[in-house]
Amino acid sequence: MAIAWDMFTPWSALAGGALIGIAAGMFVLLNGRIAGISGIIGGLLKPARGDVAWRMAFIGGLIVAPLVYALMAVLPSPQIDAGYGTLMAAGLLVGIGTRYGSGCTSGHGVCGLSRLSPRSLVATAAFMAAGFVTVFAIRHLLNV
Amino acid sequence: MHVLASLLAGLVFGLGLIVSGMANPAKVLGFLDLAGAWDPSLALVMGGAIAVGAVAFFVARKRVVSLLGSPMRLPTSRDIDRRLVGGSLLFGIGWGIAGFCPGPGLVALGMGEMKALVFVAAMLAGMGIWELFEARAKASK
Repeated sequence: MAIAWDMFTPWSALAGGALIGIAAGMFVLLNGRIAGISGIIGGLLKPARGDVAWRMAFIGGLIVAPLVYALMAVLPSPQIDAGYGTLMAAGLLVGIGTRYGSGCTSGHGVCGLSRLSPRSLVATAAFMAAGFVTVFAIRHLLNV
Repeated sequence: MHVLASLLAGLVFGLGLIVSGMANPAKVLGFLDLAGAWDPSLALVMGGAIAVGAVAFFVARKRVVSLLGSPMRLPTSRDIDRRLVGGSLLFGIGWGIAGFCPGPGLVALGMGEMKALVFVAAMLAGMGIWELFEARAKASK
């Protein structure tokens, strides 16, 4: 393992992480819910009465975030190296996996670990391990 | 008020994803590539989020209703089973092949990225497939 110090951005990582923690914290304190993004999206596919507006609002907030950011600073552009076919496969796996496993990086990783849930700890360990192994296989075994 | 709070939480969450670098798949993959030139930044994103979140959840746990008066809906399931682990493994594979998880996918969509639209559409399709499996599993019980 070699640490890429030139890529390492500790302060923006901590600041961005704190914002994510504030968002998850205000959501549970104000609305009494877990800010789990896969669950918030997934709940729209089979919506219960009175359960649509707040989900759409949360998703809307995520989507307009870049516009709001651009009002304050220069918006960084994401680097998406994956091709369309890969993105489709990735999306399908993320969609099925997060619903089957009841959460993603936000619900299990941020909220679950924040409330010391053993279930979320197991889920987070599983998806992190799978992520590490997948990138290892793609970059160092298949050399893509 | 709940809808407004949701919008604000989503917005702050999205800003956090942009500031932290999580909304950039190349940065996420740099974190997941332990054997390459490893970028440890995202460990600090998680650390920062959990440090703040832990305080909020410590307060939330003691409450019966939220500050806006709705019931607290914290997860009650404690099962560590095949669904939890298998689903999370599938998610991790999907995360590792493109560097997108659900939140950053939506934020990149807001940046006008065509590739993010394809990812989000496929993710919705995946969630739809899961709903069909669930409906079938329930019907056969």
